[in-house]
Amino acid sequence: MTAMLEMRDVSKSFAGVQALRDVNFTVEAGQIHALVGENGAGKSTLMKVLSGVYPAGSYEGAILFDGEERRFRDINDSEELGIIIIHQELALIPLMSIAENIFLSRAPSRYGVIDRNAVYRRTAELLAQVGLRESPDTLVTDLGVGKQQLVEIAKALSKKVRLLILDEPTASLNEADSAALLDRLLAFRAQGIASILISHKLNEVARVADRITVLRDGRTVDSIDCRTEAVDEDRIIRSMVNRDLAHRFPERNVAIGNPVMTVENWSVYHPLHTARQVIKNVDFKVRRGEVVGIAGLMGAGRTEFAMSLFGKAWGYNITGKIRLDGREVSLAGVPAAIDAGLAYVTEDRKQLGLILADDVRKNVTLASLRLVAERGVIDDVVELKAASDYRNRMRIRCSDVYQEAGQLSGGNQQKVVLSKWLMTDPQVLLLDEPTRGIDVGAKYEIYCIINELAEAGKGVVVISSEMPELLGICDRICVMNDGAFVGEFAKDDATQEKIMRAIMRNVRMSGSGAHDDAVQVAGGAQ
Amino acid sequence: MTDKTVSLPEAPKHSGFIKNNLRNYGMLLSLLAIMLFFQIVTDGTLLQPVNLTNLVLQNSYIVIMALGMLLVIVTGHIDLSVGSVAGFVGAVAAVLMVTYHIDYPIAFIACLLIGAAIGAAQGYWVAYFKIPSFIVTLAGMLVFKGLALAVLQGRSVGPFPPTFQKLSSGFIPELFPSAGTLYPTSLLIGVVLAFALVLASARGRAREQSHGIEVEPYAFFVAKSIALAGAVLYFTYLIASHRGLPNVLVIMTVLIAAYGFVTRRTVVGRQIYAVGGNAKAAKLSGVKTERLTFFTFVNMGVLAALAGLVFAARLNTATPKAGLGFELDVIAACFIGGASAYGGVGRVGGAVVGAMIMGVMNNGMSILGIGIDYQQVIKGLVLLGAVCIDVYNQRR
Repeated sequence: MTAMLEMRDVSKSFAGVQALRDVNFTVEAGQIHALVGENGAGKSTLMKVLSGVYPAGSYEGAILFDGEERRFRDINDSEELGIIIIHQELALIPLMSIAENIFLSRAPSRYGVIDRNAVYRRTAELLAQVGLRESPDTLVTDLGVGKQQLVEIAKALSKKVRLLILDEPTASLNEADSAALLDRLLAFRAQGIASILISHKLNEVARVADRITVLRDGRTVDSIDCRTEAVDEDRIIRSMVNRDLAHRFPERNVAIGNPVMTVENWSVYHPLHTARQVIKNVDFKVRRGEVVGIAGLMGAGRTEFAMSLFGKAWGYNITGKIRLDGREVSLAGVPAAIDAGLAYVTEDRKQLGLILADDVRKNVTLASLRLVAERGVIDDVVELKAASDYRNRMRIRCSDVYQEAGQLSGGNQQKVVLSKWLMTDPQVLLLDEPTRGIDVGAKYEIYCIINELAEAGKGVVVISSEMPELLGICDRICVMNDGAFVGEFAKDDATQEKIMRAIMRNVRMSGSGAHDDAVQVAGGAQ
Repeated sequence: MTDKTVSLPEAPKHSGFIKNNLRNYGMLLSLLAIMLFFQIVTDGTLLQPVNLTNLVLQNSYIVIMALGMLLVIVTGHIDLSVGSVAGFVGAVAAVLMVTYHIDYPIAFIACLLIGAAIGAAQGYWVAYFKIPSFIVTLAGMLVFKGLALAVLQGRSVGPFPPTFQKLSSGFIPELFPSAGTLYPTSLLIGVVLAFALVLASARGRAREQSHGIEVEPYAFFVAKSIALAGAVLYFTYLIASHRGLPNVLVIMTVLIAAYGFVTRRTVVGRQIYAVGGNAKAAKLSGVKTERLTFFTFVNMGVLAALAGLVFAARLNTATPKAGLGFELDVIAACFIGGASAYGGVGRVGGAVVGAMIMGVMNNGMSILGIGIDYQQVIKGLVLLGAVCIDVYNQRR
């Protein structure tokens, strides 16, 4: 069969971080091609290159479609050819009807007046094609996530799709909806429509894919033709995680003491979908001098867990006990959590960590202004000295502490956020993806800081989606899936395969992450 | 040409310093330029002592409200109700003092408390219920405009007791025998103030230097101090040669100094800017964002009440139309003064300069006999232009 799409030697980097390296990727007409890999392996980046989100010229390599080289300037160019991408976060407008969403930009019209009957008729046809029994006038907000996904696909069909890209389409679907969606892909294959399926769920991938390509660290490391070879999940998992440890981890003298924080029977509900239990009665412990990792996929509930501990900064109806150094505490708000010696370093430093328009000095001292003020009046000189101290200690590269935080690189921004929390003199640090999006050198420096903290007898919790990082710096790794801990490994016992298997096994068992509310909403709309 | 090439290596540091400060002082320079322009085209009428005193009296209530509005805007909100609140409080003051003959200090304090209550009522919805401040205060604008009418029953109420009028039309008492046309007490206060300002900034600079902190170049510091002291002295000389310092100018100066200090130097001030800069990050850093937002509205309510009292005392009567459109001048003053509509940015000094730019333009154009119609057009364009320049500056 001839290749419909060929991506040749595609490379892409962001500010010094190589996201894709000489990736070759081919899709044949009427093929379902699964793309698998860890978080951050480069799957989404590759698809963004393909769909023109990153325009021609911003990457190296070539894209051939129907045997011709194409240079997409934006997403419209790729859609013109029938390459349609459906993102993980659905791009539907909730308070518009299905029909309005599908024909948002290209409604059939006469003299600029929308032909409502034609829109209705064609929407009904498309919905029949994707197997969604809903009136075209139904508002999207009244649909469950699974049905919204089908609306997205109907929208793609309305654009004469030839290659459909689905980015984790079943991540938030229950088993039945996932199965229905995958059946749709098989039906499209019969009509000659090719699909690229990005998914973490290997059972699904094994069921529908004609070919499976594994990405790791921005490279294609394996490609399996499912028609000629048996799909071996162990082989896929090994390919996904088995990398040469390019970056090393600093050594640390491990001296583990008494538990500094003990969490018992911790339960958290979603603040908006209040019936949904996000953290399911978990127990957790971190000792002085210990670095504990929490592994898991995105959406497993790790960030929600950490933020709910940090003065109930996230969640609703939070119950359970926290003990600090054996004493039970009640942390009703962030100020109480800070006073009790907790620090939470967010995964989203731009939105939740920094005030980008403010200078480094103000960002560093924000959580501990008391220390640089007397009777509510800030002492400029004391503040400046404190900020400069952290700048030197953490080696924050900035012109001076009056430089805007927004102008710094990711690694230096992260060090500013860390400085802010170190200045509060915490006993327990919750670090959420502390090295996301920063270069290797800065990562090493962050690891050194983590080690120093542990050696100083603090308890450190590291949430990370990079398994080698967890293996490299943690004394113990807990695996979280769907709001519960599903595995725990001591440092010597942990391997990437074991962790990945613990995650995958549970992803398969829970089907989808069992988002109860999605099921309920979908049921209610029928 | 050769001179230029030789001096190049030295240039970047100083020109960088001047450039940064130009941005800070840009609006002040604009104000000076506008004043100079009107001084020339009005043949010196603008800076005549009597006109200058008038200028201060005319704009005092705008400046007072701009101080509160700046904080509201810095937290990322807006208050459209201040004009109506000022009018309503003025009406209440008139009813209390004129109709019920309540002593003026008691009525004065009661009015400020009413302002605080109004601010609290509006701030509650904004801070804790997350209702957009635009909507809450738009509602407040209608409510208090209506209540002012109701309280006054559609009539004007006045005149006020003479002691209350002194709030706006009085001048500080003269302690020394008059020296010709000059008022020595006012002059003395001006001299002391100028000296204190220069001394304070010199001490601050010396302290920073002793800790090895980089300070502004000495020449720049001296020039700045001379300009500052000169401006204060010249201004007091002009004021002192009419009738001395107006009471309301004293109130304004104290408030400006206090709010300047709170915003620049205190923990609360820093946290207000943090809330406006990134509310989520501030909250996760332990800042009580809701409470701060609530209190900026309470503060705004108190200042709107004070402004309402000043305005009522100045007119010596409370009218149903009092306060009409004040909110627009107040908000314009903050934005002209460099506050950002997205929150997190803005200075007290900027808002004061912004209010003065509006005031000088009003006054200057009135002297020139430009109709109220084109005055509005010009003020609108100045507002747009000032914000455009600011946005352009931010982008660079």
